[in-house]
Amino acid sequence: MQELLLDYLPILIFIGIAIVIGGVLLGLPFVLAPNNPDPEKLSAYECGFNAFDDARMKFDVRFYLVAILFIIFDLEVAFLFPWAVAFDRLVEGSGWQALTSLGLLSMFTFLIVLTVGFIYEWKKGALEWE
Amino acid sequence: MVLSALAFYLFASLAVASAFAVIAARNPVHSVLFLILTFFNAAGLFVLLGAEFLALILVVVYVGAVAVLFLFVVMMLDVDFAELKRGALQYLPMGALIGLVVLGELVLVLGTMAAVPQSATVRTVPVPAVDEISNVEALGLILYTDYIYLFQAAGLILLVAMIGAIVLTLRHHDHVKRQNIAEQSSRQPEDAMDVVKVKPGQGI
Amino acid sequence: MYDYFQSVLGLEWGYLVAVVTHILMITVGILIGLAFLLLMDRKVWAAVQLRKGPNVVGPFGLLQSFADFFKFATKEPVIPAGADKTVFLLAPLISFVLAFAAWAVIPVYEGWAVANINVGALYLFAISSLGVYGIIMGGWASNSKYPFLGSLRSAAQMVSYEVSLGFVIVTVFLLADSLNLSEIVMAQSGGVHHWYFLKLFPVFVVFFISALAETNRPPFDLPEAESELVAGYQVEYGSTPYLLFMIAEYANIVLMCALMTLFFFGGWHPLFDIAPFTWLHGVFWFLGKVVFFFFMFAMAKAMVPRYRYDQLMRIGWKIFLPFTLFWIFGQAVFMAVF
Repeated sequence: MQELLLDYLPILIFIGIAIVIGGVLLGLPFVLAPNNPDPEKLSAYECGFNAFDDARMKFDVRFYLVAILFIIFDLEVAFLFPWAVAFDRLVEGSGWQALTSLGLLSMFTFLIVLTVGFIYEWKKGALEWE
Repeated sequence: MVLSALAFYLFASLAVASAFAVIAARNPVHSVLFLILTFFNAAGLFVLLGAEFLALILVVVYVGAVAVLFLFVVMMLDVDFAELKRGALQYLPMGALIGLVVLGELVLVLGTMAAVPQSATVRTVPVPAVDEISNVEALGLILYTDYIYLFQAAGLILLVAMIGAIVLTLRHHDHVKRQNIAEQSSRQPEDAMDVVKVKPGQGI
Repeated sequence: MYDYFQSVLGLEWGYLVAVVTHILMITVGILIGLAFLLLMDRKVWAAVQLRKGPNVVGPFGLLQSFADFFKFATKEPVIPAGADKTVFLLAPLISFVLAFAAWAVIPVYEGWAVANINVGALYLFAISSLGVYGIIMGGWASNSKYPFLGSLRSAAQMVSYEVSLGFVIVTVFLLADSLNLSEIVMAQSGGVHHWYFLKLFPVFVVFFISALAETNRPPFDLPEAESELVAGYQVEYGSTPYLLFMIAEYANIVLMCALMTLFFFGGWHPLFDIAPFTWLHGVFWFLGKVVFFFFMFAMAKAMVPRYRYDQLMRIGWKIFLPFTLFWIFGQAVFMAVF
């Protein structure tokens, strides 16, 4: 347990050091560089005119769909990780008989269920970008 | 030992502080960013408990996927959040009630554990020590066999979520041109053009 | 190094000092390495287009990146008036920190990783799935149209390819039976015929292409497609905030190269386990492979035309996803039976 935590300590320190380096780089021009803002310089980039309205606008609902589908497949991948690691110990028996071991069958069922969902998506045209 | 206690207080206090900031922040995008910070600190606490796999799955799923969706929603939906927040105070009694119920449940669960020492033996599968077998493998050995029904139920829930998302959000526009790659690649010159012999002076 | 510091400063402080030194060595090494890789990138494109590339600063332009750095550091930092200042500055910082934090678990050589955690591969997967935040936050905080659209596109793109990336690394875990990066590399010891790319070549190709898309590299650089979105989410950035984005982008590319080396090309193992090949230290084998993949990235940028957005989404969701799914299925059946 202690060893496990000691393995993670360097990561915490690493993130700390990265924040310090990044912060120094970020602060550098505020010290070194000239700073004389004017309204034209600070205006948002546009094609030579002032922006008509707020840039944050509504957009196609398709982006949400992509995000939701991503969550679902991400979870599926998360379920696959422990299975892949424990694979050798989940397989019982040898030859074709090995295919009947419970650990394999349960994952195959899981994958088939999600493949059904995937086919549904495909047929519905949810994967098509317009 | 001191270090892990220090880390615990760091993560715990940051988690509580950022959780408070989630509801206190004026800008909803800032709320989501604080929520992400809360997730991170929760992951840190998981690591301190020795549950490294769970900690990283928390980051992958909640921070990497769910919070992205949240950000999408609050950033790009045209909702007047100030208007929404104005009436928020009237839900305070209801929220407090729910909080109390959850607190009561926690006290009941943990209280029985403390009051009845034997309860430790009836708890389900004991957790194997992290030195003997890694988190991931220990999980893999039981999740797909001993807990097969829960696992399959999770699969079905994901299926329902997938279908639900499509039913709720998918709208087809008719006037959009789509590319059909297979059709495009399988097009032969014979399908696309005719060679017509035109006699001079007659036209077609 | 750890033993030396511990003998001088005692067990605990020695360990801490050793860790900090180790981390500083790695971060500085990456920063300097990136400076030259960036130059190499530009030189490769230049060579493909029959130009000379940077050749003024230093011999063969070797110091070009350092000159660029000083220029960035002395530029006026402009924060647009309509921007959310905190988030605007936080975005590049987050990109930078994430890109570097990933290197904490990369085993350059046996036992050389700063943190040799059990779930190293998962840690990398988690970090790479967070990369999208810097981009979304940058695009949103700028409060300008081009960055906003660019970040939107980028988020959807990275998220889509994350899925196939996840499925591909599952195939590696199936073979290696571990999420520990050092163990994955050790499972490939004994020469080139043990490297996983031979067994997993089709999914390796998927990984390579997904890595291009995940790092927003050409031919998938739609977030910053300059003909339509100017520079995508980076439009409003200048000075070192922009520099941080750029460093993060290149650190991520090199990270992807390192991942391909670790997962498919035997990490620090030499080509063959016999005399002339083992003379070279494992670190150089590792770095050599990483630079080779970086060269492949640069060549892809130089040679392949940009994809259209719907085609990009189609490849991710309709080709890579089902393909990797069926590959996992097939591989599991094959491994169980034989």
